Amino acid sequence: MAEDLINSFLSGPDENGRFGKFGGRFVSETLMPLILDLEAEFEKAKTDQSFWDEMDYLWKHYVGRPSPLYFAERLTERLGGARVYFKRDELNHTGAHKINNVLGQIILARRMGKSRIIAETGAGQHGVATATVCAKFGLKCIVYMGAHDVRRQAPNVFRMRLLGAEVIPVTSGRGTLKDAMNDALRDWVTNVRDTFYCIGTVAGPHPYPAMVRDFQSIIGKEAKQQMAEAEGRLPDTVIAAIGGGSNAMGLFYPFLDDKSVRVIGVEAGGKGVDDRMEHCASLTGGRPGVLHGNRTYLLQDDDGQILEGFSISAGLDYPGIGPEHSWLHETGRAEYVSITDVEALEAFQLCCETEGIIPALEPSHALAHVMKIAPCLPADHIICMNMCGRGDKDVQTVAKHLGFDMSDTEGRDAG
Amino acid sequence: MTRIDAKFAALNAAGKKAFLAYVMAGDPDYATSMEIVKGLPGAGVDIIELGIPFTDPMADGPTIQLAGQRALAAGQTLQKTLDMATEFRKHDNGTPIVMMGYYNPIYSRGVDKFVTDAKAAGIDGLIIVDLPPEEDEELCIPAQRAGLNFIRLATPTTDDARLPKVLTNTSGFVYYVSITGITGAADAEAGDVGPEVARIKAAIDLPVVVGFGIKTPERSETIARVADGAVVGSAIVARIGAGDSVTDVLEFVKSLADGAHRA
Ligand SMILES: Cc1ncc(COP(=O)(O)O)c(C=O)c1O
Repeated sequence: MAEDLINSFLSGPDENGRFGKFGGRFVSETLMPLILDLEAEFEKAKTDQSFWDEMDYLWKHYVGRPSPLYFAERLTERLGGARVYFKRDELNHTGAHKINNVLGQIILARRMGKSRIIAETGAGQHGVATATVCAKFGLKCIVYMGAHDVRRQAPNVFRMRLLGAEVIPVTSGRGTLKDAMNDALRDWVTNVRDTFYCIGTVAGPHPYPAMVRDFQSIIGKEAKQQMAEAEGRLPDTVIAAIGGGSNAMGLFYPFLDDKSVRVIGVEAGGKGVDDRMEHCASLTGGRPGVLHGNRTYLLQDDDGQILEGFSISAGLDYPGIGPEHSWLHETGRAEYVSITDVEALEAFQLCCETEGIIPALEPSHALAHVMKIAPCLPADHIICMNMCGRGDKDVQTVAKHLGFDMSDTEGRDAG
Repeated sequence: MTRIDAKFAALNAAGKKAFLAYVMAGDPDYATSMEIVKGLPGAGVDIIELGIPFTDPMADGPTIQLAGQRALAAGQTLQKTLDMATEFRKHDNGTPIVMMGYYNPIYSRGVDKFVTDAKAAGIDGLIIVDLPPEEDEELCIPAQRAGLNFIRLATPTTDDARLPKVLTNTSGFVYYVSITGITGAADAEAGDVGPEVARIKAAIDLPVVVGFGIKTPERSETIARVADGAVVGSAIVARIGAGDSVTDVLEFVKSLADGAHRA
């Protein structure tokens, strides 16, 4: 399916939850009736003005939307090419884009009469957002988090507990995000009546990829309007980091039918995308398979066993990617590249120094690619990058990698 | 008539219920697993469910998760699991083998190649947990075309409106999952199960077996009494995981089979 044969990139998924051959509903029979219920409820909500009124109110007064579109002037000067804008979703309540989606799902859960919310989390940002919204509405919240991530994202674990959530460290498999998702699904199969599974990215069985995209699309809708106000036109390039792909889908979606806009997704290249497989670049280093309810590009071995990803960023450490990205990749509508840990760390520091913004490690990957392309582009080229999270949660990780000893009160460099 | 149909016909003629045992292929290693599988018919097992190891078994509890990890660590692959069936068939051409697992290893091999190879290896049916009827085009239809039974799971959340959809394209038998939950979880209550089995049997003319949560010979008997057969997995796999000898494992299996056959 070539790009020019497709009339619109906004029409997916089809009634079977497919984007081309990707997506679908690969779940056990026990869960099938539950996801059909959810789909029906979401379809109702989509055209229900009172649903969107509630969302808009909370987006504005609870999350702090719209997030600003910010011209990164010193960074632009430093790179000496394209004009770089940040869509500042790191300023949202809880510090990332994750809450955009959580609000939508929790309002749906309330409409469905579900009292118990479960979620998986990697970096902890989705877990924190879910715990936050559950606290606000007085709902019971259980967050599954890989034991390995519990250790590297300790501040977020404490945050979730403060917010009243129960954090369950997952030791099955190797204790990372994919295992957390497995255990959340196992919980859901067991607690089918009262439980709502709030998935944190554009993955999982239909309708999750479409639903999460629709909730996150507020990012791109705002950016489009704000860019028109700032520059009087569309951006030339939109760019975002990809773990499961929700912040990227949220930014990209409203631009997909604007053919002049170049769309770039940045995957986590870890130690480099090669056959050592120490990365999380599902599109650039994986092949199609079926996991967690959908068909998509996956990191897997020759026998179809799923491989663990590797990235400095816990939020990108997922061996799959949302099925809509796989489709955008195969149709050629979007390009996907990868950035290594080392490149992301450089971008992280440059952003701090030139813009006074401490970015999360996830958008630092997107920024690293901006650093690569901006210098080669003309001064009238406009790049819009999703600054999807703030870096408070990552300060310890970065300190460790830069050899800075946080326990040394003199603040000397270690070693 | 497939081996599965023939087996149920024979049991029926003898007035007996079926006993089905699940083991993970390659657990704890190929040779031991092969020895256990070869011993199952002698221990009274009517149908063998051979688990396909997978890194991400979303519907399984810790017991079967760990079994899969042991098998994978010992080098088990889908090819080796097919090889086990081929080896088994050299000695036993009557006991049906159903492969049970998740879709990705099969999809990765290629569906057409897999169904041809499985048929050639003497596999009789497939139970693929993450392929609901909504995804029948993927494997169910090609498998049936190749002469393999595609056995569907029905669950407590499968209501009357949905049941016909679940039963369409089902063949061999129907597997009723007696609890909402993962393998190895809570006990199934015979009192809850009976009416559910009757509901399914009213909708389709196929044997209905019941599994999930059966751990003892007594339970095997009470469940088999209200269905056409009982399936035990985790309780057997737990013994293998604990390092029990092949003889001890098969003796335990025999006690479970005797339970079902008393029903
Ligand atoms: C700040 C931030 N960005 C990105 C991601 C990756 O998720 P996604 O690709 O769904 O946006 C995460 C996940 O935890 C995150 O915390």
